[in-house]
Amino acid sequence: MNAHQEHADSADHHPAVSVYYVVFTALLILLAATVAVAQLDLEPLNFLAAALVATAKALLIMLFFMHVRYSPPLIWLVAFSGFAWLLILFAITLADYFTR
Amino acid sequence: MPEHDGALAHQFHDYGQQRRAAELAMWVFLVTEFMFFGGLFLAYLVYRYRYPAEFALGSQTMDVVLGTINTLVLLTSSLTMALAVHAATVSNRRMLILLLWGTIFLGTVFLGIKAYEYHHKYVKHHVPFAGQEFHAEPEHRLGLATFYNLYFLMTGVHALHMIIGIGLMLVLVVAAYRGGLTGPRSIVVHNSGLYWHFVDLVWVYLFPFFYLVAARGGGHG
Repeated sequence: MNAHQEHADSADHHPAVSVYYVVFTALLILLAATVAVAQLDLEPLNFLAAALVATAKALLIMLFFMHVRYSPPLIWLVAFSGFAWLLILFAITLADYFTR
Repeated sequence: MPEHDGALAHQFHDYGQQRRAAELAMWVFLVTEFMFFGGLFLAYLVYRYRYPAEFALGSQTMDVVLGTINTLVLLTSSLTMALAVHAATVSNRRMLILLLWGTIFLGTVFLGIKAYEYHHKYVKHHVPFAGQEFHAEPEHRLGLATFYNLYFLMTGVHALHMIIGIGLMLVLVVAAYRGGLTGPRSIVVHNSGLYWHFVDLVWVYLFPFFYLVAARGGGHG
């Protein structure tokens, strides 16, 4: 990798503008989906569906709007370490509450 | 040398290194924000598991239409923010200013709708704190109070982040008018964008968790 490429990575590297419109459209479709699914009585799957759709939207926002997709591994590590620690917090706490 | 025009702090070798350091620091800050909101979401899950009927009842008093509109407004503001970051990167100052104003406008619309919803909750006596008269059937009182407390706490902290975000955008607009946000300084717009998108991301979870807990029109009354 030459010096020029090294300068061009990280925050300098942005996706084409059209990517933002595609992601935005996908977010709108997911929003419509989550509102539509909530009208059906699928208990207890309603919560699962809502959480999954929200996570899909969150991933789209992180990967494209927040450029994680185009960022170096160090940013990936930091960004998803937040999720990893949250997963530990949730898993251990809920394992307690759900087994009482 | 362009590297010594004042935009490059002396501890950095070049702009690329400076940008990577600034972006990394912003992400470290955002992870602390993930953990902050994560704790609140954990509390939400524990209490939703404890009071499923009351969370369904409480959710049915939310205005899904307004919630959906607000989600739409916030997602659109994330689009204008992403485009603003792009405009800063390609040094299009006019477009940057326009898109920053667009983001500020949409953020303000969001807060306006939120304020209307809070007022509606106040009128309906759904505020279980601050010495307010709280209306609920006795057998659901504790669970409903928990639901509304979490609703006001979590959307309130989120709204506070929105207010900070809008303040940040106003600072950026002033800097953009002075022509100071293009080229190497566009990292400031990039990092502010990360913050804005994060606040949007939190709302993406808040919306279904408070507005869409249970199917409507069912036998829940």
